Amino acid sequence: MMHNRKVTIIGAVLLVTLFAGSVAARQRVESLQGSQATLEEILYLPSGKTVTKLSLGYSSLLADVYWTRAVQYFGAQHIRGSERYDLLAPLLNITTDLDPNLIVAYETGSIFLSQKPPDGAGQPDKAVELVEKGIRENPSYWRLYFTLGFIHYVDRHDPKAAEQAFLKGSEVPGALSWMKVMAARMAEHAQESTTAAYLWKAIYDSAADKALKDTAEKHLVSLRVEAELDELERRTKAYYDRRGAYPEEWPDLINAGLLRGVPVDPNGIPYQLRLDGTVQVADAKKFIYLERHGKPLNK
Amino acid sequence: MTSRLSAITLNTFREAVRDRVLYNLVLFVFLLVASAPIISQISIGMEKLMLVNLGLSSISLFGVIIAIFVGIGLVSKEIEKKTLYTILSRPVRRWEFIAGKYLGLLLTLVVNAFLMTVGFYLALLIFTNGLKRADAMLLVAIYFIVLQFMMMVAITLLFSTFSSPIFSAIFAFALFVIGTFGNDLRNFASMSKGTTKWLATGAAYIMPNFASLNVISQVAHGQAVGGNLVLFNTMYALLYSIAVTAAAVLIFERRNLK
Repeated sequence: MMHNRKVTIIGAVLLVTLFAGSVAARQRVESLQGSQATLEEILYLPSGKTVTKLSLGYSSLLADVYWTRAVQYFGAQHIRGSERYDLLAPLLNITTDLDPNLIVAYETGSIFLSQKPPDGAGQPDKAVELVEKGIRENPSYWRLYFTLGFIHYVDRHDPKAAEQAFLKGSEVPGALSWMKVMAARMAEHAQESTTAAYLWKAIYDSAADKALKDTAEKHLVSLRVEAELDELERRTKAYYDRRGAYPEEWPDLINAGLLRGVPVDPNGIPYQLRLDGTVQVADAKKFIYLERHGKPLNK
Repeated sequence: MTSRLSAITLNTFREAVRDRVLYNLVLFVFLLVASAPIISQISIGMEKLMLVNLGLSSISLFGVIIAIFVGIGLVSKEIEKKTLYTILSRPVRRWEFIAGKYLGLLLTLVVNAFLMTVGFYLALLIFTNGLKRADAMLLVAIYFIVLQFMMMVAITLLFSTFSSPIFSAIFAFALFVIGTFGNDLRNFASMSKGTTKWLATGAAYIMPNFASLNVISQVAHGQAVGGNLVLFNTMYALLYSIAVTAAAVLIFERRNLK
């Protein structure tokens, strides 16, 4: 009886101590491996069709696993500020091969792919391939046409292709009427910043992923700044038309009744007025998507 | 104590050999020899890669199958045949019986893996025109496979102490599958929040992690495996196996064998 008790105590102590030790050792292994495991598996099984065959019928479960991996991979690279997302496209392809109806992988994954680094892979062509695959597999899901049009317009700067995508999407039964409005805007007002803002607002409202929501928000802020800079430059031009010279500082515009106060950016920092009448932000890095006259400031 | 332990260990090994467990080696050799001409026909410039993948995956899979199907009968068979009562009526402690059974099956698997490794290197020698220094790295993958066996034997033995052979096999196989997704489990845990995060993290650590012990694709592509990974994987497998075996002892000590 005494022996039995001794063995139980020793066994219990061993169980707890060694299990705690195994957790510590595993944490070291995980820190050594990092995201290497995902990389190895991609190299090992580069084709989603192979994975599907090996999944023994549990392909939708595996698709969820691969989708999680894609999100994890994207998140890890994003936090690291990486300029390369080489595994993102293969991971998304495997995911959608495993489950062709996994809409979130097409919608969110394609935005991850199309965004410029460091916010995405900077591969808009691959993003288009992914969404087109999604449309082939899910022809009745009209929102994928919206995503396709969005990528064509925002990342591929191809309003004609965007118009076609919105138009096709508007023909899908059940599609909301604003798809037709978007197609019209692409045809007539493609260069206006309000068009881009409208699209980003739609992404911001529908995005389930936090990283995508943040990106949409950054775009919206940059577009707002762009619109404000355009407006301020219109006022300096008005000042020039009246006085024959550009204002040297903001009070000149205020005294002329063209401005109520010193204009500030969304962070509360005053905009900078230049002698040639142009206006700029104090720190362009705070508005990474800001474009002036069609050219990005942060390159 | 040592003699009692070694007696049970050797007896378990002998019993496994008598049960024709090592016959799987014939199948393994056949698989390697038969696959070589097929591989050379269906793949261009990938013969060695496929041979390595096939060889190492077979060593792992055969071993896991043996660990499960021999392991589930280690305790229940002794009870069924009433031989356990004879053993325990002698001056053999219950924990010694469990530890001996564990070591015996592990010895069987190590011998099996060793013979398979010899066959595998022979196949490499014959079909890829000689061995290279980098081929020694394949031994690390085989070492990790043996670590995997250590854990699998412990897990199967744990289930066999309280469950029927069929359920033990199902549970052990399920844990093996879950273990191969070990890194994903940790990913799921890190993505969740609040209580779910704690529960998921706990579950991820209780489950074995076989994912980090699988470096087959890495070595097949000629990539080196870090010394630290070898060290910490060894520590992990050792600690986890002994912890699970301790749990098996605790259950078996309390089990009513009447």
